[in-house]
Amino acid sequence: MNVQPAGSPGAAPSPERLPERRGSSLSSKTSEGLWGYLFIFPQLLGLVAFSLIPLVSAFVISMMNWDGMGTKQFVGFQNFIGQLRDEEFRIALVNTVYYTILSVPTGIVLAMLVAVGLNRVRGKILYRLIYFMPNITMSVAVAVVFMWLFNADFGLINMYLKQWFGITGPSWLTDSRYVMPSIAMLSVWMGLGGNMVLFLAGLQGISRSYYEAAEIDGAGKWQQLIHITIPLLSPTTFFVTIMSIIGSFQVFDQSFVMTSGGPAKASYTLVYHIYETAFADFTFGKSTAAAVILFLMILSLTLFQMKMSRRWVHYED
Amino acid sequence: MPYRGLRASTVLLHTVLIIGACIMALPFVWMVLSSLKDLSQVFVVPPKWIPDPFVWSNYKDSLTALPFGRAYLNSFYINVIVVVSQLVTCSMAAYAFAKISFPFREPLFILFLATMMVPGQVTIIPLYLIMKNIGWLDTHLAIIVPSALLNAFGVFLLRQFFRGIPKEMEEAAIVDGANRWTIYARIMLPLIKPALSALGIFTFLGMWNNFFNPLIFLSSTDKFTVPMMLNLYRGMYSTDWTLMMAGASIALIPVLIVYIIGQKYIIEGVTLSGIKG
Repeated sequence: MNVQPAGSPGAAPSPERLPERRGSSLSSKTSEGLWGYLFIFPQLLGLVAFSLIPLVSAFVISMMNWDGMGTKQFVGFQNFIGQLRDEEFRIALVNTVYYTILSVPTGIVLAMLVAVGLNRVRGKILYRLIYFMPNITMSVAVAVVFMWLFNADFGLINMYLKQWFGITGPSWLTDSRYVMPSIAMLSVWMGLGGNMVLFLAGLQGISRSYYEAAEIDGAGKWQQLIHITIPLLSPTTFFVTIMSIIGSFQVFDQSFVMTSGGPAKASYTLVYHIYETAFADFTFGKSTAAAVILFLMILSLTLFQMKMSRRWVHYED
Repeated sequence: MPYRGLRASTVLLHTVLIIGACIMALPFVWMVLSSLKDLSQVFVVPPKWIPDPFVWSNYKDSLTALPFGRAYLNSFYINVIVVVSQLVTCSMAAYAFAKISFPFREPLFILFLATMMVPGQVTIIPLYLIMKNIGWLDTHLAIIVPSALLNAFGVFLLRQFFRGIPKEMEEAAIVDGANRWTIYARIMLPLIKPALSALGIFTFLGMWNNFFNPLIFLSSTDKFTVPMMLNLYRGMYSTDWTLMMAGASIALIPVLIVYIIGQKYIIEGVTLSGIKG
């Protein structure tokens, strides 16, 4: 079965609306409206109850001093100012940005290279099956497995470093210098397949004629990669970059399970901070303020990316 | 493409891709093999991959050390309810957004899309407080109801598919006097089965793997879902690597089965989510 996505020719022709042809246009219009709301009702209810109301409440709570039970006290923007000055918030922000710098560019470049390599190779489906597998697995289970792989004394990584290269590996997860790079490696491993699939889809969209023209002009594979593939893949690269940054700013499971934010808060991330401030300290106002700051950072990063994208994203038509 | 014979560059490319594939697969292989080892084999240098002897009882031990069976049951029934409800509610909303003209359709749809931008951490504390007020904390309702009634991505995904169906499919039925519900249930739903499969699989994987929401809402061990139980396990038996690997394998097996069966739909779905721009 082949279903076309939106904007395909099948969806384009739109004859006059049928109910209107039948004369009693008012009542049909009303009944169409009723049907419409009937159909969206369950999801609309969910949207209001579990997204809009909590979102508005979040802004209200972020301006209050509140432990979730006792008296509420309105404090204006104090929580926001307090968070920006808070030592732990700053540590969390620095760690999160560091993690993003470590994981996002590496993840994107590797995913693009693998996709380009896979695109014209035999056995693409089997490779894709394996490369995509980590993407769908449970972060907690994967974290448990990697805790062992990263173990300083009995982990596979250090055992083979010793055996093959004679190097004594670091204490990956218990050394504050290595903990964030370790978590970033795990994330690159987990995320590679998803980005790769998006890049493969992007590659499918590039017309063969560009390459044929380039071959006639005598351009080599390398030149084709630099001058055709990478520029024409830029809309996908743009989308993948935005999604990766949004995801990396929300990193939590891995550091919660593997290191509890340690050692010495070296893997304490923004979401970890939000979690701790709410459910260990019971300062809901401060926690929500930190969450709103996270939201605004993600939003402004996305908008900044969109603005910058005009300079480097090329659309084919 | 005609077969051109093995060229050096092709061999090199395959070599690199195979090394990459090994790196992607090794943690899983190591997990499953280690789950069958005796604990004494764990500390052998250089590492031994093949268990000797095979200790099948690790699985029995890990299932009985903590109420893993209970967590499994919890995760399963939560997943079934959420997947079924989402398929119904998302497809209903998606059909309306694609095919019915009603007042404020476009602004409402944009509102749905906009909520996808809000990270879950922003709404989690108000949600926690709402659940607390209505007495749903530490119940599965706190996990089930919000997921069953809201998946903006699902609405978006299915709407894309409904929009691809030509209008003529509906027109004949409308002339025959069929109402909207009949058209939706009898004509439209069967046409988007591949999309429904994709959404069902996504929802299943997302719910099965989700750690953050159960962590916030559930506190009694007998209510725990699989990832929470595994995390508890990690805290209690952190040195018993073989049992932990058995636990991790038990947690991952349903995911891997769903993945192998449904990988075509998963890849289609991921691909479609990328061309929204």
